[in-house]
Amino acid sequence: MNLLFDYFPEFRDGFLGTLSLTAASAALALILGIIMAGFRVSPIPPLRAFGTAWVTLLRNTPLTLLFLITFFVMPQILFPGTSPYKLAVGALGCYTSTFICEAVRSGIGTVPIGQAEAARSLGMTFFQTLRMIILPQATRTVIPPLSSIFIALTKNSAIAGAFSVTELFSVSKLLSDKGYPIGWIFLWIAVAYLVITFSISGLFRLLERRMEVSR
Amino acid sequence: MSASVLYDAPGPKARIRNRVYSVIGTLAVIGLIAFVVMRLNDKGQFAPEMWDIFNYAGVRNDIISGLLTTLQVFAVAAVLSLALGVVLAVGRLSDHKWVRLFTTGFIELFRAVPLLITIYALWVLFLTYKNDLGFTGDGTEFWALVVGLTIYNGSVQAEVLRAGINSVPKGQSEAAYALGMRKTQVMVTILIPQGVRAMLPTIISQLVVTLKDTSLGYVITYQELLYKVQHIAEVTVVNDESPYVQVIIVGGVIYVALCMALSALATWIERRGRRAKTGIAVAPAEQPVAAGDALDVVDHAEVAGPVDTSKKN
Repeated sequence: MNLLFDYFPEFRDGFLGTLSLTAASAALALILGIIMAGFRVSPIPPLRAFGTAWVTLLRNTPLTLLFLITFFVMPQILFPGTSPYKLAVGALGCYTSTFICEAVRSGIGTVPIGQAEAARSLGMTFFQTLRMIILPQATRTVIPPLSSIFIALTKNSAIAGAFSVTELFSVSKLLSDKGYPIGWIFLWIAVAYLVITFSISGLFRLLERRMEVSR
Repeated sequence: MSASVLYDAPGPKARIRNRVYSVIGTLAVIGLIAFVVMRLNDKGQFAPEMWDIFNYAGVRNDIISGLLTTLQVFAVAAVLSLALGVVLAVGRLSDHKWVRLFTTGFIELFRAVPLLITIYALWVLFLTYKNDLGFTGDGTEFWALVVGLTIYNGSVQAEVLRAGINSVPKGQSEAAYALGMRKTQVMVTILIPQGVRAMLPTIISQLVVTLKDTSLGYVITYQELLYKVQHIAEVTVVNDESPYVQVIIVGGVIYVALCMALSALATWIERRGRRAKTGIAVAPAEQPVAAGDALDVVDHAEVAGPVDTSKKN
């Protein structure tokens, strides 16, 4: 008990760090993931190939390796001197976007064919069909997998702590370097993660109930 | 729905338009790659001296020993996590309430906590009691990594296996009980073999996650592939610069190739399983195992065939 109260500011900063890291990379991953899913179903072959390559490559890359790439290779290409926080958001966002892309793509697959056919016979273009007809209806089936993807993202964000971003893992490192018993640190950090993951799954269950429609 | 439903079969105009877009798209992708290569070239990352480091036997041996270390950790952790997975899955389906409660708590706790946190905590713990546990050399890091991977992946594999066992049709276990088999016999000879077969692609996908997660050894300074290549870059100076880009590219390609080979195996087994007309359906390999999250598979399989073996006797 003492540990938490004695080092409350550190724990709070770490908790908020994990929270903001998760939120920022979730936003990036959502945008990238939806764009990539659009690429993967588009009528233009090179974009399809690009989407497939993006997903296959990033999925089979260990996240630690992706962090090494963003921290050591990226500054050589663009934006030297970017803050670790932004680089971490980039790595986590790109990695998670592949899972979101696959979830959205399988969501697109669950929309009845008639919807797309009707849209096409009304003369809608590919982009219009996707934006106004398919994606809004796919949202409902995409939400449950999104919840577990974001929970996994929260857990993955711990790796950023090893790359000098302030979040819960770096707090655990800091306190154990100060010589506090690891058991207690582990317990409190675990509680903090449980709070975040439970909130995410609760939030999504609420969202799911909101969007529920009998089909 | 196949993708082609989303757009009409292109007419002459659309075909020209698509071709124009194709050219633009190809140019954009090529341009992106060219830009990256050019920027790296401008920084002198493609200078022959920078790549010459891989001609030294020392550097090569370091990479090979890193690769072997990674494979060693993966092999031990994979076997142990599968064993733990079976134990936990059976425990979760047990008839005894306290066994069920304990295994459920264990699985839920270690699945919810990031693997890195677990590994780090184990590492600090093992370092504290290093002499009592009798670790020598880098044994501390090795066992912290292996035990951490085992606990986490064992918990996930347990959930995957449980979904597989639950997907076995109820008639199978009923028939076995009718033949006079005991609980253990039914589980070992009837349910687990069929559950494993149904879930094999998912189990292998989770093994890919295990392989990817061995890279977390980097954080606890264990001498695996990524740590080794990063160390090479740290101690080498070529053209007044450390060859980080080069070693990361080489190490990364090895890692990604390993993971892709294992993923391909999962897909192959899935396709092979689907070809078979008998037995229960084989789960898809490419389910969203979002970095080791088997929630969806479990939910899906429970809908498909809920057989609660825990309530039967």
